[in-house]
Amino acid sequence: MSLLTAEHKAVIGRTLPAVRAEVTRREIRKYAAATGQRLDRYLAGDEAPPLFLFGLFFPVLPREELLEDGRPPDTGLLPPLPLKRVMAGGTEAEYHRRIVPGDVLLLHQTLVDLYEKAGSQGPLIFAVVENRVETEAGEPVMTERLTRIVR
Amino acid sequence: MLKLSAIRVGEHLPERSHQPDTVQLFMYNAAIWNPHRIHYDLPYTTEVEGHPGIVIDGPLQGDWLSQVVLEWMGDNAELVRFGYSNRRASYLGETLRATGRVAAVDHATGMVRVELEVLNENNECITPGEAVVRFPQETA
Repeated sequence: MSLLTAEHKAVIGRTLPAVRAEVTRREIRKYAAATGQRLDRYLAGDEAPPLFLFGLFFPVLPREELLEDGRPPDTGLLPPLPLKRVMAGGTEAEYHRRIVPGDVLLLHQTLVDLYEKAGSQGPLIFAVVENRVETEAGEPVMTERLTRIVR
Repeated sequence: MLKLSAIRVGEHLPERSHQPDTVQLFMYNAAIWNPHRIHYDLPYTTEVEGHPGIVIDGPLQGDWLSQVVLEWMGDNAELVRFGYSNRRASYLGETLRATGRVAAVDHATGMVRVELEVLNENNECITPGEAVVRFPQETA
């Protein structure tokens, strides 16, 4: 039995308008402390650890707009899916440039794949999103294929 | 400072153990602004989403793998590629080990490939990963 229909698959390739974020020393320091970094340049916020970018573009919404599971509603990149519980899946990233306070970065997102697999506890849907991060001047910073698992 | 010529295929990177507690998970999810309840609301996580405990964030495990590489390689090398795959969930209270091993060294380009693993207490790899680091060429 297939969970994903042609309508779901037709959404592959969809992109969202770019999201903009400013990198601040304080946000870097919070991330460094939260992840147990030990290198001085991260703890002092002189440079951001590479995975700092993971949360940099997360939407900041008022409480009443969050879903029952606490997450923000979908941004419109994914079609409505027949499964609802979301887990992290991983990433494959290329880094082009270090990230420092004062950087103003743009995120371009594209849904690049949607497929299903039989998991040990039931079906799983894998949503793969290409995140392309660049500076306002268009200099590439990071490109990744981020996977989210829906069960 | 780690030099390219000193790196051997098969050598292990210094590993690190992590036993995150509720405070550490709170800090992480606050820092990335992730309000998903499976990382702090135990009754919801077990009763509604069916997990045995509070879920340790997959990307946090990814970050631990990146730290194994970043601390080992030093500031004169560049992380050019990094990836991880969350294969199995892990739960608050578990002790996890982030480990790495040199898989390939290309002396011509300075590229070094490292294979990474987050291991649980049963020594099972729950999050494999891989990194490629570019080291500066050494002048004679």
